[in-house]
Amino acid sequence: MAKSIDVSDLNIYYGDFLAVEGVSMTIKARSVTAFIGPSGCGKSTFLRTLNRMHEVIPGAHVEGKVMVDGQSLYDPSVDPVEVRRMIGMVFQRPNPFPTMSIYENVLAGVRLNNKKLSKRDADDLVEKSLQGANLWNEVKDRLNKPGMGLSGGQQQRLCIARAIAVEPQILLMDEPCSALDPISTSAIEDLIHQLKEQYTIVIVTHNMQQAARVSEDTAFFNLAGAGKPGRLIEMNPTKKIFSVPDEEATEAYISGRFG
Amino acid sequence: MTTASVRTTSPKRRLGDVVFANLTRTAGALILVSLAGVAIFLTSEGLPAFGAKAGELQGHDNFLAYVAPLVFGTILAAVIALVIATPLALGVALAVSHYAPRRIATAIGYVIDLLAAVPSVVYGLWGIGFLGPKLIPIYQWLDEHLGFIPLFKGPASPTGRTIFTVGIVLAIMVLPIITAITREIFSQTPRLNEEAALALGATRWEMVRLSVLPYGRSGIVSAAMLGLGRALGETMAVALVLSASGVVTFNLISSTNPSTIAANIALSFPDSTGVARNALVASGLVLFVITFIVNFAARAVVARYEPGRKK
Repeated sequence: MAKSIDVSDLNIYYGDFLAVEGVSMTIKARSVTAFIGPSGCGKSTFLRTLNRMHEVIPGAHVEGKVMVDGQSLYDPSVDPVEVRRMIGMVFQRPNPFPTMSIYENVLAGVRLNNKKLSKRDADDLVEKSLQGANLWNEVKDRLNKPGMGLSGGQQQRLCIARAIAVEPQILLMDEPCSALDPISTSAIEDLIHQLKEQYTIVIVTHNMQQAARVSEDTAFFNLAGAGKPGRLIEMNPTKKIFSVPDEEATEAYISGRFG
Repeated sequence: MTTASVRTTSPKRRLGDVVFANLTRTAGALILVSLAGVAIFLTSEGLPAFGAKAGELQGHDNFLAYVAPLVFGTILAAVIALVIATPLALGVALAVSHYAPRRIATAIGYVIDLLAAVPSVVYGLWGIGFLGPKLIPIYQWLDEHLGFIPLFKGPASPTGRTIFTVGIVLAIMVLPIITAITREIFSQTPRLNEEAALALGATRWEMVRLSVLPYGRSGIVSAAMLGLGRALGETMAVALVLSASGVVTFNLISSTNPSTIAANIALSFPDSTGVARNALVASGLVLFVITFIVNFAARAVVARYEPGRKK
């Protein structure tokens, strides 16, 4: 069920402001693709266009094409709500629903899809999703406790469980470890390794070691200059990016000689 | 730094800080003093009424029998108001905070705030001169078709000056305060929670249900309670609109209606003397206590919901 994504000539706007310009790339199915680049270069913005979350900000819109397995995401006949059900997202800061229990948090997305679930199916799905997110053993005895009572790393894995419970085809992760300590980060990275068996994963990260550890392909974004839009500089297999990148700017960024 | 060293170096006391600290303390104390003053006045002036004999209290046997219908009317009118106003206020607040385009939302917000600035006597005049007469056909219809429900037993009031009309007028009067508070809370919903819902494929309404309403739950309760407090104490509009006869009835549309404490005081005070006057003050004390209880209840409810929320 994992799908590939084809982006061609995508321009992303906030109102009249062109934030990201001319991005074309192919994201392979069942693999991890990492986006790296300096702050403000548009990698998160670009990620959010892949499930049409970009447009929830008033005035935000895009030009260009995003195809998921041949279906255009921005076709007028496509309902953004359906897109988001198909393409899950995990955010920078863990955001479980504060008033819901762990159990209800996992089921939140499924309940939205108006599926009637028997108690047994719901239990099975919760267990499967939490196990999928490597959280089951830690929370199985307190499923009815509030999700906010977990540690930050556990909350983030709860959010991942919530995202995979609806069985999306693609999972987008926007700096999922930036608010977590190294141990929780390592738990999430292990999880990403497992998840790519089933899902197409796109991850934005500020941590280049993380990109090197988890991803097959890496895309480097950079600003063309102060006040200018962000651009995709280079996209290549991660091994190549971190050893012999095509572009000098990439080399400068990953070796710390930024500029 | 240890505690001892903090103590030894006494901080320099600046004149501005001292003056300001004392000003704020005085302001805080003043609130308590005035509240205590009101309570003492009500108790001392009202006390004789509690021992009043039959015949001194407009034909009631004792103070309890005198005040009970008034308490009933007060609460009934306020509850009708709240039942009408709360859903409406939530709708308006949601429209302003999450649905309407910014420019329209701001305009609606101003208009709602403006409602709060209209003097209550104007609402009273509107209720008696416009709303009441307009409602007469509706009351007649309710009486005819839904008369089997005790609430609409009738006979329908020929003037429209019923407790139901009062409830509607009060609802409009408490609408601004409930709307203003809930709107503020709704617009503070963390972006992160809203996006969590949207990213799962929630529609706008599902997003509101999943993130905005749970976040605003305690705010909604306290807003409704503040509205209730205002409706309980409202005097002028009720005194003008209601054709009261001091009965206890759930019949909302007839011309015999329970009066409310505040309206009863306003209407009877100028002509009363002696124990009757004490009884009015004592009924004021009862209202004071009810309002207190409502406020405490609101706080208790808010506190109960609080732990689920991240502080």
